[in-house]
Amino acid sequence: MRIAGKLGGAVVSLSMVVVLGFFLFRVIPGDPVVSWTRGRPTTPEMQAALRAEWGLDKPLPQQFLDYLGKLLRGDMGTSFTYSRPVLDVISERVGPTLLLVGTSTLIAVLLGLWLGIRGAWRRDSRFDRVSTGVALTLWSTPTFWLGMLLMMATGDLFPSRGMRDTDTAPGFFSQAVDVAHHLVLPSVTLIAVVYAQYQMVMRSSLLEELHASYLTTARAKGLRDDLVRRRHAVPNALLPVLTLVFLHLGLVVAGAITTETVFTWPGLGLLFYEALTGPDYALLQGLMVVTAGAVVVMNVFADLLYRVLDPRVRAA
Amino acid sequence: MSVVWDRRRTAWAAGWRAFAAQRSGVAGLALLGLAVLVAVLMPLLTGADALNVARVVAPAWEPPGSGHLLGTDHTGRSVALLVLNGTAVSLLVGLTAAGLSVAIGTLIGVTAGHFGGWWGALLMRVTDFFLVIPALVLAIALSSVLPRGMGTIILAIALTSWPSTARVVRAQTLAVEARPFVERARALGGGHLHVTGKHVLPAVLPLVLVNTTLTVAYAIVAESTLAFLGLGDPTRLSWGSMLHQAQLQGAVSKEAWWFLLPPGLGIIAVVLAFTLVGRALETVINPRLRG
Repeated sequence: MRIAGKLGGAVVSLSMVVVLGFFLFRVIPGDPVVSWTRGRPTTPEMQAALRAEWGLDKPLPQQFLDYLGKLLRGDMGTSFTYSRPVLDVISERVGPTLLLVGTSTLIAVLLGLWLGIRGAWRRDSRFDRVSTGVALTLWSTPTFWLGMLLMMATGDLFPSRGMRDTDTAPGFFSQAVDVAHHLVLPSVTLIAVVYAQYQMVMRSSLLEELHASYLTTARAKGLRDDLVRRRHAVPNALLPVLTLVFLHLGLVVAGAITTETVFTWPGLGLLFYEALTGPDYALLQGLMVVTAGAVVVMNVFADLLYRVLDPRVRAA
Repeated sequence: MSVVWDRRRTAWAAGWRAFAAQRSGVAGLALLGLAVLVAVLMPLLTGADALNVARVVAPAWEPPGSGHLLGTDHTGRSVALLVLNGTAVSLLVGLTAAGLSVAIGTLIGVTAGHFGGWWGALLMRVTDFFLVIPALVLAIALSSVLPRGMGTIILAIALTSWPSTARVVRAQTLAVEARPFVERARALGGGHLHVTGKHVLPAVLPLVLVNTTLTVAYAIVAESTLAFLGLGDPTRLSWGSMLHQAQLQGAVSKEAWWFLLPPGLGIIAVVLAFTLVGRALETVINPRLRG
């Protein structure tokens, strides 16, 4: 029953994303044709033709129904810059982004949790103070600036543009090595900016557990210190962190946009930048709906996962 | 009435003492004072021609030490002067966007908590939605459809960053309204405006203060990111617009570290200062965080 409610909520959220896409790109600009063709020479006839093509001469409710109907059929319009369907352009770029964001998030979560647990367990030790300071500084750093800096500092050590070289041997192994080589700088940038939040959340979550009486019991029965931490404190502190990992996914998306722009990594983030420089509003609208929708769906998964992992939530 | 204010004054004084006991918070506050001073004074101290591309005679891409403390940019302007003068816009955008964002969040949080029922549920549903949606993506979309300018940037950041404030303010409103003195105020005939204005708002104010400092930190990074993506105000100098130029002019391949480092360090310093102040304030409010 509750799961059905959650899924219903997710459907509502997804529809809100769709409505937002319409509102942002069709209603706020007033006359979309004027802003969508900004920076391109257009004659009044061309504008009228575009207006008819996009159905902008119809009343707003009718426009919304048309937009909705097309979206349900997977039609997000045609990209200006690519002269191809928006959905095709977007789906080509999903792979590289998943590779970059997936690798970076995994490493960042593991690193953040490890640092957070160590810091909280030996609170106010030198390790705790230094790692918290480093985390806060990196958290305050603009992603793109760190990327540019890394690029300059490493010189020719790592490739800094694109995802693969054209002259690499065609075999699977050499291709994989080439992609991994290209992945180093972007993923280090993304990890450095993202891991701090996981560390801070893990640290404060574990600090809240430290005075719990079940830890005293565990110690009283003679468990070693690291067993008390591993078997008792950390599993309990881990649960709230899990939801936050997914809730902060939006920040990872934001980091990916600038990281991919700096390193010309051919994913959705770079596509965002390309759509902005166009400006290619059909593409921008599609990107917004797809990324926001993906984040909503991921959060539903997190919620269901949480129910499986935490018996207290299941019972409530 | 004066008893209430005396008590409030004592409470704020005690809060200040608890804040002053934390070295990192005080350091952050000092850094902020310095930044504000630079932001206010630099435009007055800089000559009108020093930042005018057409009037500058120094060579472009000059490394530091050759007459210019931090070298020159691609047009021959002094990087040191650019960075110091960029402080004002970065701070201004950060502060106004955060102020607006926290005002929206507080309004929504207090009304959702106070009125409850289907209205509160609806507001929280919307809040949760905006909490999950990537804020920067929305801000990018907003500033791409609106005309370029500082107002657009401020609006785009404020309209996408209020949900976390709304959430904590609502939780605190619920906690305050459950306490007996609010019930007493209601029993004596206090209306909605009286209860929220005289009882709830003063109680959530410390929390709002913490959220403001943390939101300013976010807003400054967001401003630089939007400017970097080319969505900033092209006529105004900020740390973000400097880094945008650095990217466009290929500062990385020219290894012009003197053009890249200063604006970034400026952002980090100010953002870190706001974060430190915010965390210190958080510790004052939430004694459980104290060691």
